[in-house]
Amino acid sequence: MIGLSAYLTLAALVFSIGLFGVLTRRNAIGILLGIELMLNAVNINLVAFARFSGNVTGLVFTLFTISITVAEVAVGLAIVIAIFRVRRTVEADRLDLLRG
Amino acid sequence: MGASVWLPLSVLALPFVAFVLLAVVAPLRRAGRPAGLVSIVAMALAFAAAVTVWTRGLVVEATWTWLPADGGPIASVGLLVDSLSTAMLVLVTLVSLLVQVYSLAYLHDEPPASLGRYYTYQSLFAFSMLGLVLAPGFLQMFMFWELVGLCSYLLIGYWYDRPAAARAAVKAFWITKLGDVGFIVGIVLLWAATGTFEFTELFEKAQAVSGLPLIMFLIYLGAVGKSAQFPLHVWLPDAMEGPTPVSALIHAATMVTAGVFMVTRAEPLFALVPEVLTLIAWVGAFTALLAATMACVEGDIKRVLAYSTVSQLGYMMAAAGAGAAQAGFLHLLTHGLFKALLFLAAGAVIHAVGTNDVFRMGGLFRAMPQTGIVFIVGTLALAGVPPLAGFFSKEAVLGGVWEAHLTGPFLMLALTALLTAFYMFRVVFIAFFGRAHAAGHPHEAPWLMRGPLWILALLTVLVGISLALGGVEGPEESPGWLAPLSVGLALVGFLLAWAMYQRGAIAPARVAAALAPLDYMARRRYGLDALYGGLYRGLMLGFSRLVGWVDRYLVDGLLNVLSALTLRGGHRLRAIQSGRAQDYVYGVAFGVLLLFVWAQLWR
Repeated sequence: MIGLSAYLTLAALVFSIGLFGVLTRRNAIGILLGIELMLNAVNINLVAFARFSGNVTGLVFTLFTISITVAEVAVGLAIVIAIFRVRRTVEADRLDLLRG
Repeated sequence: MGASVWLPLSVLALPFVAFVLLAVVAPLRRAGRPAGLVSIVAMALAFAAAVTVWTRGLVVEATWTWLPADGGPIASVGLLVDSLSTAMLVLVTLVSLLVQVYSLAYLHDEPPASLGRYYTYQSLFAFSMLGLVLAPGFLQMFMFWELVGLCSYLLIGYWYDRPAAARAAVKAFWITKLGDVGFIVGIVLLWAATGTFEFTELFEKAQAVSGLPLIMFLIYLGAVGKSAQFPLHVWLPDAMEGPTPVSALIHAATMVTAGVFMVTRAEPLFALVPEVLTLIAWVGAFTALLAATMACVEGDIKRVLAYSTVSQLGYMMAAAGAGAAQAGFLHLLTHGLFKALLFLAAGAVIHAVGTNDVFRMGGLFRAMPQTGIVFIVGTLALAGVPPLAGFFSKEAVLGGVWEAHLTGPFLMLALTALLTAFYMFRVVFIAFFGRAHAAGHPHEAPWLMRGPLWILALLTVLVGISLALGGVEGPEESPGWLAPLSVGLALVGFLLAWAMYQRGAIAPARVAAALAPLDYMARRRYGLDALYGGLYRGLMLGFSRLVGWVDRYLVDGLLNVLSALTLRGGHRLRAIQSGRAQDYVYGVAFGVLLLFVWAQLWR
């Protein structure tokens, strides 16, 4: 029987990989992918806790998270496309209009 | 309240109403001559009321509580009408009225708005001076004292676009303030010792006050500033930058005599401190002599009269210091009449010739005989020739000083009497009879100006005659040789002036050469103006420079350092704002990590 901590460890790993992606990818789309990974790590946590505590609330919550994530991705990709149209690039390093 | 309160109150209120009317109703003020008429009508009514007070011989003391406090009011305001203030009421309203009528013609060419401003100030001045005269206590007197000082400032600076006038106004204000500081400190000390500002109460309680000499000296300082006593007399000659009617009213007949009036009013207090009285007498006599010598070398007709005013104020003060305050007050009244007359006559001359310089006048008696006659009447009165008003009051002053065994001041005043006759006839001979002729075609002044002149001249003669018939009410009989002496001195002065400036028997230049050091000093006003200027530049500007340095280098420097640090700090911190979203996420992640560490280790 696999224990709760195994699931949590998996979720932490996925989250860390996602964070690493967000921090290191140059491409804006890669950053979006990283964010997706971090969100899914949260989903793994929710599902694992729901399974081990016998409470379905976590499962329902996960369904909501997934659907909201879809909307978030749609908005995020739309922003990336809009930026690409204006700047002809999606390199995160070159999007530094707020530089002090 | 009966009529006895309403009557003097209306004397005070009428000019005030005129002032408020002119100050608030701008179209009326800007209209000029109508504003003058309002002021004159109010003044005429006030004069009528003052004369009624005088003829009825009212004696009123009415006070109203002001500044109420636990255990009785701190101060009160009110009216004190007695023979002293009644005489001043009549003098102030009369001269104010005549001067205001005269100004209507004298300031004929002024723009209407300026003329309205002039009459607004005039009304305020009349109100202030009457309030001062009627004051039953030191506090009210001090407030009106400052108000007349303000009016004096405003009217000297009437032509404020002239730098000289603006400077003279500021000078007059500041120098009188020097004395006023002593005045108010003295008043407050007296109040601290007795708990009252009222004269009648003070007269009863003052005996027990310790340190009274110092207090009375401080109060006397106020009179030194206002009545232009040495060494604070320097503002009065410069005050001649104002219009001539203003000089006649404020700087000859009324405001500058406020100091003498105050000393006379508080005479029972001063009588308790003989050492201060002696000081007053010496300073007064010295002022009289000093100013007379300066008048002898002055070429500006108004300044001659101004120095003469300083000199005569010294006379009055000397009398007050000698314990003959009544004689000094009598001289105040008669001097108010004939000095106003002299100033207004000088104004008529200036109006006709367009210059103040007596050496550019000459032969004016033919061109304007009426002005000449009244000017000579004023000169005779000032020189102390019987039976004109000045003779009796001057003799009373000299008698009072002699009786007090003040030989030094007496000799100085006697010499002043000689010089007075000399410098006045000097002006008469040069301006009215000299061989030189004034430029242009001088003509007699309009009747609005001549009327007041004749009234004042007539009064000078009439008061003199009534004094001759009624005798001088002095404290004691003067010695018999005094009258011949004072007439003799006047005669010597007259003959000297005649010999030097009419006959040409003695060349003025040779006299000046013989008395070269004195001439040099007098022409430079004994260096007092230079001294004050030097003090001002040395002390005030030095101090200002120090303060400026502190402000520029310490205060500003501190702020500059602060702002430089802020700027530099901002410059450094700019580097953090890379504008890249990922850097910010790093910050967030690192922060969250720190929070975890903190939560694990320190909780």
